[in-house]
Amino acid sequence: MYRYDEFDARFVKQRVEQYRGQVARRLSGEMTEDEFKPLRLQNGLYLQLHAYMLRVAIPYGTLNAVQMRKLAHIARTYDRGYGHFTTRQNIQYNWPKLEDSADILDALAEVEMHAIQTSGNCIRNTTADAYAGAAADEIEDPRVWCEIIRQWSTLHPEFAFLPRKFKIAVTGAAQDRAAIRVHDIGLAIKRNEAGEIGFEVLVGGGQGRTPMIAKKIRDFLPKDYLLSYLEAILRVYNMLGRRDNKYKARIKILVHETGTEELTRMIEEEWEALRRVTSIDIPPEEVKRIEAYFAPPAFETLADTNVAFEAKRFEDKAFAQWVRHNVKPHRVPGYVSVDISLKPVGGIPGDATDAQMDLIADLTDCYALESEIRVTHQQNLVLPHVKQSDLYALWQALAAAELATPNSGLISDIIACPGLDYCGLANARSIPVSQAISNRFADLEQQAHIGPLELKISGCINACGHHHVGHIGILGVDRKGEEHYQLTLGGRPDNEAAIGKITGPGFSADGIVDAVETVVRTYLNIRLSEAEPFIDCLSRVGADPFKERLYGEKAA
Amino acid sequence: MALIKNGTLAADIWHRYDDDTPLQADIPALVSLERWQAEREDILASTADIGVVLRADQHPDAITGDLPRLQVVALEFPAFTDGRAYSYARLLRERLGFEGEIRAIGNVLRDQYLFMQRTGFDAFEVKDGVTTRAFLAAIEEVDLYYQASADTAQTIWQRRHTTEDASAAAA
Repeated sequence: MYRYDEFDARFVKQRVEQYRGQVARRLSGEMTEDEFKPLRLQNGLYLQLHAYMLRVAIPYGTLNAVQMRKLAHIARTYDRGYGHFTTRQNIQYNWPKLEDSADILDALAEVEMHAIQTSGNCIRNTTADAYAGAAADEIEDPRVWCEIIRQWSTLHPEFAFLPRKFKIAVTGAAQDRAAIRVHDIGLAIKRNEAGEIGFEVLVGGGQGRTPMIAKKIRDFLPKDYLLSYLEAILRVYNMLGRRDNKYKARIKILVHETGTEELTRMIEEEWEALRRVTSIDIPPEEVKRIEAYFAPPAFETLADTNVAFEAKRFEDKAFAQWVRHNVKPHRVPGYVSVDISLKPVGGIPGDATDAQMDLIADLTDCYALESEIRVTHQQNLVLPHVKQSDLYALWQALAAAELATPNSGLISDIIACPGLDYCGLANARSIPVSQAISNRFADLEQQAHIGPLELKISGCINACGHHHVGHIGILGVDRKGEEHYQLTLGGRPDNEAAIGKITGPGFSADGIVDAVETVVRTYLNIRLSEAEPFIDCLSRVGADPFKERLYGEKAA
Repeated sequence: MALIKNGTLAADIWHRYDDDTPLQADIPALVSLERWQAEREDILASTADIGVVLRADQHPDAITGDLPRLQVVALEFPAFTDGRAYSYARLLRERLGFEGEIRAIGNVLRDQYLFMQRTGFDAFEVKDGVTTRAFLAAIEEVDLYYQASADTAQTIWQRRHTTEDASAAAA
């Protein structure tokens, strides 16, 4: 993975000191809260319902054991002993003090981390396939270009005050596991007919109150031109994106109102002009330098299957169940990627305690090549490079710390936003609903029997819980002072990305759990076989059979 | 209003005219884009030094052909959170080759000074009583940049591969 050199380290240190000065000016009253707000936001500090919240960037979801230990230390020292991993592959702390915030950033800088641009109307942390560098279907590791985007976008002087926040996601694999079609810019690495590597460029995806699937504006961009092309997109957006209404300020609205064809023409024209006059693109020797950090780890030459591992899988049913759901194929024989579930039955999705983080760091040192860890946009963790032969020992240690729930991709692997328990924007609580559903489907055998099913919950229309792209989506709304939940079906974040459709009238907090169960029972009744996952069954039969069961014959 | 230019608080010799006040020949004039477009020839005849003020919704394309006759282009920040003028400044410097003064007006604060300077602004209208020291300190707080912009500063990406800096980075 990438490591800071002298320049990166000095830069982050300068930034911390600058922020320390700003906090001091705020605390002394020299600066108003209005003036301070965008500055703290660009350093990751939000003001939430009950306290400040600090969002720490985990660039493209990649971190190592040393960094994980520091995150545990921060949770223990400056928070209440836990952190929350987010759908943007970051971590949030819910209870830091303003007075401590510069010290926390200092602690992060010690391990080559920061909170720059994790908030505010600027280019946010770039996200990527959590299995980058490990997945069997990968064309090229997307993290090289994610790191280049990280450096380019960091304190970019032209794009610090965009109309609205801006999110970029990159995948290097055939299967999109980074939800690139619901990002402001989605990039998919591809190979053209001449065998060259480049990017398919998608623009204008997003969720929130106006969900949209991104439109393709370029089929193939040679990779050396990525930054000038991004600069062209951002410049057009910065100048033309709406600033009169924050709900219409994302680039998806600009794409929608201008038309994909016309906006593409403007972006291409800007790009041509940019390339003629200035040298925005990263120098080739610098690309090489960054690439070197992402060279594959030193894999051993191993057999495709490990006999001891197969034996354990045969003997230990619980282990076999975990392997079935939480262990993913790797491109190198004898290796696998391991999903560490942060979704224990009845738990809070994405939360990890300081002790769990420390344990994961220790296990990573023992069992994961180069001590590497990933954060997934499903709010779980991944150890990307683990030997099959180490799986049993790793599983036992994870299980002892409630980190081995075998539910990756199943109904209790829920994405949920913090909701009204923490968030100042929320209309309804998300976490208790998530916990109730997780408890309702607590039987892991039953979950496995139901099969792959992505359930996602947002506590308000801003859709941080990705409900629009949940196979089953739940949206919390406020109805005359009561928490109320709408149900959507058929959303998906992958290659065939789609926005889920509302089934009909919403439900109470208890009613929504019953409604989910009704949907699942209906599916089990009408699926062709266990080999037809929920989402396939839904697209075969449509929503009507589900609506009939939810609301009675008339509604459908 | 005070003006920061070349790193010091400077006397502002320019007068910002409203659209109805007659121009005086001996006073350098800042006029709105509307007035400039309506009275171009009269303005050129009546006074030697001219600058045009662009609002945040007025793109510099509107004055491309006039740039050789302008000493100043003033770009407005109606609020510091409105970042359109950063793009306009870069276009003026890098694409349109404007070498005159690009002045930041409106909600100009020290915390955006670095961004303004890097995108091509070289004059800053600030509230009276603001100290230049605070602004100058603001650009010394962070003096390392990854990406190229309208300034001539060497980027981190360049410095990593020049001999002197590269050995420092390796140290």
